[in-house]
Amino acid sequence: MFKILKKEELSDVVTLFEIDAKHIAKKAQAGNFFVLRIHEEGERIPLTIADFDRDRGTITTVFQKVGKTTYHMGILNEGDYISDLIGPLGIPSHIENFGKVVCVGGGVGIAPVYPITKGLKEAGNTIISIIGARTRNLLFWEEKMRKVSDELIITTDDGSYGRKAVVTVPLDELLNKDKDIKLVVAIGPAIMMKFVCKTTEKYNIKTIVSLNSIMVDATGMCGACRVEVGGETKFACVDGPEFDGHKVDFDLLMKRQIMYLDEEKIAMERYREKMGGVI
Amino acid sequence: MEEKKEEKKEEKKKIRVKMREQDPLVRARNFNEVPYGYVPDEAVEEAHRCLQCKRPTCKDGCPVEVDIPGFIGLIKEGKFLEACYKVKEKNALPAVCGRVCPQEIQCETLCLVGKKGDPVAIGNLERFVADYEAEKGEIKIPEKPKPTGRKVVIVGSGPGGLTCAADLIQAGHQVTLFEALHKPGGVLIYGIPEFRLPKVIVEREVEYIKKLGVELVLGAVIGKLHTVDELLNDEGYDACFVCIGAGLPMFMGIPGENLNGVYSANEFLTRANLMKAYLFPEYDTPIKRGKRVAVFGGGNVAMDSARVALRLGAEKVYLIYRRSEAEMPARKAEVHHAHEEGIEFMLLTNPTRFIDDGKGNVCGVECIKMELGEPDESGRRRPIPIKGSEFQVEIDIGIPALGTRANPLLTKTMQDLKLNKRGYIIAEEATGMTSKPGVFAGGDIVTGSATVISAMGAGRKAARAINEYLKWKYWDVSNLAKAI
Ligand SMILES: Cc1cc2nc3c(=O)[nH]c(=O)nc-3n(C[C@H](O)[C@H](O)[C@H](O)COP(=O)(O)OP(=O)(O)OC[C@H]3O[C@@H](n4cnc5c(N)ncnc54)[C@H](O)[C@@H]3O)c2cc1C
Ligand SMILES: Cc1cc2nc3c(=O)[nH]c(=O)nc-3n(C[C@H](O)[C@H](O)[C@H](O)COP(=O)(O)OP(=O)(O)OC[C@H]3O[C@@H](n4cnc5c(N)ncnc54)[C@H](O)[C@@H]3O)c2cc1C
Ligand code: SF4
Ligand code: FES
Repeated sequence: MFKILKKEELSDVVTLFEIDAKHIAKKAQAGNFFVLRIHEEGERIPLTIADFDRDRGTITTVFQKVGKTTYHMGILNEGDYISDLIGPLGIPSHIENFGKVVCVGGGVGIAPVYPITKGLKEAGNTIISIIGARTRNLLFWEEKMRKVSDELIITTDDGSYGRKAVVTVPLDELLNKDKDIKLVVAIGPAIMMKFVCKTTEKYNIKTIVSLNSIMVDATGMCGACRVEVGGETKFACVDGPEFDGHKVDFDLLMKRQIMYLDEEKIAMERYREKMGGVI
Repeated sequence: MEEKKEEKKEEKKKIRVKMREQDPLVRARNFNEVPYGYVPDEAVEEAHRCLQCKRPTCKDGCPVEVDIPGFIGLIKEGKFLEACYKVKEKNALPAVCGRVCPQEIQCETLCLVGKKGDPVAIGNLERFVADYEAEKGEIKIPEKPKPTGRKVVIVGSGPGGLTCAADLIQAGHQVTLFEALHKPGGVLIYGIPEFRLPKVIVEREVEYIKKLGVELVLGAVIGKLHTVDELLNDEGYDACFVCIGAGLPMFMGIPGENLNGVYSANEFLTRANLMKAYLFPEYDTPIKRGKRVAVFGGGNVAMDSARVALRLGAEKVYLIYRRSEAEMPARKAEVHHAHEEGIEFMLLTNPTRFIDDGKGNVCGVECIKMELGEPDESGRRRPIPIKGSEFQVEIDIGIPALGTRANPLLTKTMQDLKLNKRGYIIAEEATGMTSKPGVFAGGDIVTGSATVISAMGAGRKAARAINEYLKWKYWDVSNLAKAI
């Protein structure tokens, strides 16, 4: 059992948990994720370790409420327990001094891009960050991102805050004018990562993305998470989750992500009914 | 008159007492266990078929040398609990083994009675005594041995890890068992389905091991959370037994394998068994319920996948296998059950590609007919494709069940551990000793996919060797001291 020490609502749909998990915190590195199961009947879902504190023995996760499990997590409070927490999983991010790097976080993807940005900054890189969301109240961690960036660009689709644009617009401009950029890291919805890669391909700038395929065990034992990278099948949980974005088959990823749409709807409706209007 | 009676008795002796089972058509739609087990009278009757051989050949076929005539003799006398204890002297998990061991190629194939009819139903009797003990609730917890002050860590809670843990704790060592998943039992819990091995049985065995004092840590992926070196060097463990199974699923490498609706058997079974997706939406994990399902392979994993698909409501389940039925490695009883339940066998057939419905879902599979050629390395005749014999089968779920490989997640964090070409750990058969001092290994991660009983055998041998090693460490030091 793992105790929720802190809960913070970052927006209407995005919530932060700080969880007591001494052993995982001790081993966590930027780019790692973990799997949780909230209770006996629960599903195993993967979430990124958005931050960790080795001294206090805690890990932080930021999740968006999209379905039954994440909505249920939303009603948990400080002091409540999560039944299983398994990690750290996945291959950590490759951190070194590349020179100048652009870090792009879209929507809830801002959370997983943060520890990588922080790591790259600490390694001596010059960081330009772009964070974007559909609208203002879905944005979070602006200050946290600013602290680990040399420059921070904010976009919203509807222009309610920052620049009215999708993240690829300022990215394209940056790549066009600044030839020193060595690397782009992008985490967000698959469709965003796909278009980021289309943009960076034009300039031939290496792009790292983090793939959020559907997972079960997340230890390489089932293959639910298969993705195609450079024409080869890879298991995102153990071979990734980060890959060279220019080689990823995003269309396959997106198709596989919606495999259980019908079942997810059934689960959510049933849950709504059970909660009687609370959700 | 007398003679005739004798003859009839002889005749009767040729046929074993059948275990009653759920009707095939009923059970094909539920997850309850298929056979009901013997009642005491049936067990006694079957036990009477045993000749109590002076030199029992059956025993040679048992990888852990259970005293087979010994326990069957006790059943004859109605001493069922004693019979169970007799089995448990050698086999810690009789309720599991009675259900899943391939007796027809082990003890039963060597049984003398089998020369003139059915061999004694050793597996059924083993199951009976174990269930009897559990039902009577008279499970003996042995007295706690004197602590040795030694600590052993075991990685993996499959049958091999559980057996090793039970033996070591009873030798007085402190034992910690790390398991990556959130439930212990390995394949017994995530792979073998409820209708073949009810999960309460596995849970019961695990409870027993916990009662003995084994510390069980779940959700601990060794290699990630801790490395073996950290456990041995920093956490004070004196020895480690690695028994992590061979859990990496193999795919066929044919086009369309990543379409939605194509599952590895491991994923399909893990969703159904470990995550209880067959109870969705009671349980949160979903699984696709196919109308027309094709399973590829001929082993236990393939049989289990096909029978799970059927129970999830499929109208048609095809079992597609490239050789003939005689070459199938699955337990014969399960092949028979699959037939009875209406699984359609497509033999000498191999898939060549999956077909896309245009939206990323599988809607069919193209297959090719095979014929058997010369024997290959395994001694089985090699299947060869027949040119131009391609045909298509309409399906909405496809399940490759072609076996598994070694998962490198842990072994790649152990640089000084020698692996073979295929990534399995090289370990001494009799002891499980590896190239890395203090590290023992056994079960599927050494042999490749094998059997529950062989993993248990490896766990037991390793426990014995670890015991010696821990003593030796001590004795070595004192010998050294004496020598000086
Ligand atoms: C490596 C990795 C890191 C992730 N990090 C984060 C994060 O930091 N914050 C965050 O909000 N989300 C993250 N996700 C996505 C998160 O796992 C899903 O949003 C979550 O599983 C949804 O579950 P649900 O029951 O609430 O919704 P559902 O209604 O079940 O599903 C909604 C959508 O989430 C995806 N999903 C469903 N089940 C799973 C599953 N078992 N595994 C993966 N995806 C699934 C599917 O695409 C689905 O369409 C990450 C995913 C991966 C693979
Ligand atoms: C579907 C199916 C049906 C089968 N049917 C039969 C049958 O009828 N009869 C029979 O005799 N055999 C059968 N087998 C084979 C048999 O189950 C295996 O040979 C046996 O379970 C191997 O035991 P093991 O202890 O080596 O490993 P496993 O049972 O595979 O257990 C290994 C355990 O280690 C854990 N683990 C792996 N990596 C790590 C890590 N890094 N850290 C922590 N834990 C880890 C795994 O999660 C798992 O729980 C079947 C196998 C399958 C898949
Ligand atoms: S070989 Fe058969 S008849 Fe002989 S002791 Fe073993 S089970 Fe009994
Ligand atoms: S989630 Fe099972 S192999 Fe990746």
